[in-house]
Amino acid sequence: MTSEELIPHLFRTEFTKITAVLCKLFGIEHIQVAEDIAGETFLLALETWSYKGAPENPVAWLYAVAKNKAKNILKRNQTFSKKIQPQLKNSVVTSSEIEIDLSEKNITDSQLQMLFAVCHPSISAEAQISLALRILCGFGIEEIANAFLSNKETINKRLYRAKEKLHHEKVQIEFPSEKEIDKRLDNVLTTLYLLFNEGYYSESSDNILREDLCLEAMRLTYLLIENEQTNLPRVNALLSLMCFHASRFAARKNENGEVVLYQDQDEKLWNAELISKGIFFINKASQGKIISKYHLEASIAYWHTIKADTKEKWESILLLYNQLLQIEYSPVAALNRTFALSKVYGKQEAIKEAEKLQLTNNHYYYTLLGELYKDINNTKAKQYFEAAYSLAKTQTDKRTIKKKIAGL
Amino acid sequence: MKEFVLIFRTSPNPDFNPSPEQAQEMMTSWMNWMGSIAAQDKLASQGSRLGISDAKVVQPNNVVTNGPFTEIKEFINGFIIVKTDSVEDAIAIAKECPMVKGGGGNVEVRRAVSPEDNS
Amino acid sequence: MKQFLFLYRTDYSNMQQATQEQAEAMMKKWMDWLGSIAAENKLVTQGDRLQDTGKVVKSNNIVTNGPYTDIKESIGGYSIVKADSYDEAVDIAKGCPIFNTGGSVEVREIAAM
Repeated sequence: MTSEELIPHLFRTEFTKITAVLCKLFGIEHIQVAEDIAGETFLLALETWSYKGAPENPVAWLYAVAKNKAKNILKRNQTFSKKIQPQLKNSVVTSSEIEIDLSEKNITDSQLQMLFAVCHPSISAEAQISLALRILCGFGIEEIANAFLSNKETINKRLYRAKEKLHHEKVQIEFPSEKEIDKRLDNVLTTLYLLFNEGYYSESSDNILREDLCLEAMRLTYLLIENEQTNLPRVNALLSLMCFHASRFAARKNENGEVVLYQDQDEKLWNAELISKGIFFINKASQGKIISKYHLEASIAYWHTIKADTKEKWESILLLYNQLLQIEYSPVAALNRTFALSKVYGKQEAIKEAEKLQLTNNHYYYTLLGELYKDINNTKAKQYFEAAYSLAKTQTDKRTIKKKIAGL
Repeated sequence: MKEFVLIFRTSPNPDFNPSPEQAQEMMTSWMNWMGSIAAQDKLASQGSRLGISDAKVVQPNNVVTNGPFTEIKEFINGFIIVKTDSVEDAIAIAKECPMVKGGGGNVEVRRAVSPEDNS
Repeated sequence: MKQFLFLYRTDYSNMQQATQEQAEAMMKKWMDWLGSIAAENKLVTQGDRLQDTGKVVKSNNIVTNGPYTDIKESIGGYSIVKADSYDEAVDIAKGCPIFNTGGSVEVREIAAM
């Protein structure tokens, strides 16, 4: 790797580690200082390495520079140092003697604790995801803006406000107490799930970026699995769900970036390794009595890795959706349940159920009704597809619906 | 939206001994019924299924008798809570209950008292 | 820990019209009682109070006015508690203020789904 390739690569992995460790040391109110030190470290690497070539052990180089920068700030800025001092774990030592621990263990611990701090219920889900992308995944502001189909200014404002809020709420970078961990973990899982979905369903045309988002969500979920206290069945279920979904990454978009519907996907493009990982984690998730929504969604995703339309498959999927809806209602789940019902009991039964849903501002609802009426009453099917077309917002959706109308 | 409690009542039938397939089928129809209510976003609570054995009735003056409440042939074996605009909607849901459709029991539909009712 | 459902039964026809003060005093007793269960971390849900009218849906689309009238006492509400045994659940039920007004509590163990 040349230094031009090396630095972005290291940035993605090491920026977040340095930031997490320093931020843990300084406290959440100095998150910006931690980010700046990490940023300056890479700036120096860029200057030095392109001139002298990369050092033998680039990571050690980065850590040494970051440590020195942190110590210098503590030395130079007495007021800052005083503010920091009481929060330092080793409060006996003076600032010049502070040991900045960039060991693997402390890095993992700090990142895990940062994950809990960032996924704090006091800030909005959107802000949590943005912060996680910045602090824990090392995404640039522009990349985050791309992922959210937004602009840099908005994202910068969002990040700034979120950091202020975390400071104001005095959120500690620490592992939640045993009593609290269950509640806080649910919030972390929701954020990781949304982060994954942001990548999976994003309208952003940048395929690599979208896949990166998914992989980062999986990496952070895996961080929780590696930690004994958070290696819980529902965490394994969430990772399993992500593996199953990610296995279809290559198959669900064609070369023009259009969504390829599940039934039209080439299953040879499905990633067998990710599928078997998904099965591994769902098995791990089955230890325990509580069935979370992630268990149900992972099981549904598992059945979708089997392409053949068997009776058993659709009966299982219907049952899982029945359970999922009882835990948490969502229009998507209601529509998918009705689709599964049509596979088990036929279209007539499904039409009766579909008409009860009345999701009249949802274009998927009309697409489903169109599908159900197809070959039963094509005039009605066309009307429903047209209603769906007028409600659809993205070009991809509109194209898909147009094809359906043409196929009647 | 109002909340209605659907109380399931059934009479014990010692002759009814479903085969595993029948039991499975009954379970599926309950799950489909509950799923259908949830898909309409009208399920407020999954409620509970109640065991029959060891039931007790606690009466005034610390009198405890073995239950379930036995003054009638039918006993309660569970409940769920639905949220609908009207009692008619709740009744329409109750009519689809597998226990009612199959003739195995009745559903009592009762509106839950909401905080607004007290004001 | 097991979960138990408390069904509160009262004979509505026998109920006397309470004054505002009486109703409030009664309400307070209920809240104190439920609060004491919650304080022991044994209250799963305080449940609902039910309105005194209702419907009964039977097979063949028969709908009658309720509440269930085959017995004098109808269900006025319910709560769910957690306890280690029936004995413990019954002990909790014994403190219920419903006994001041001549009702009863049916205690039923909740079955797994």
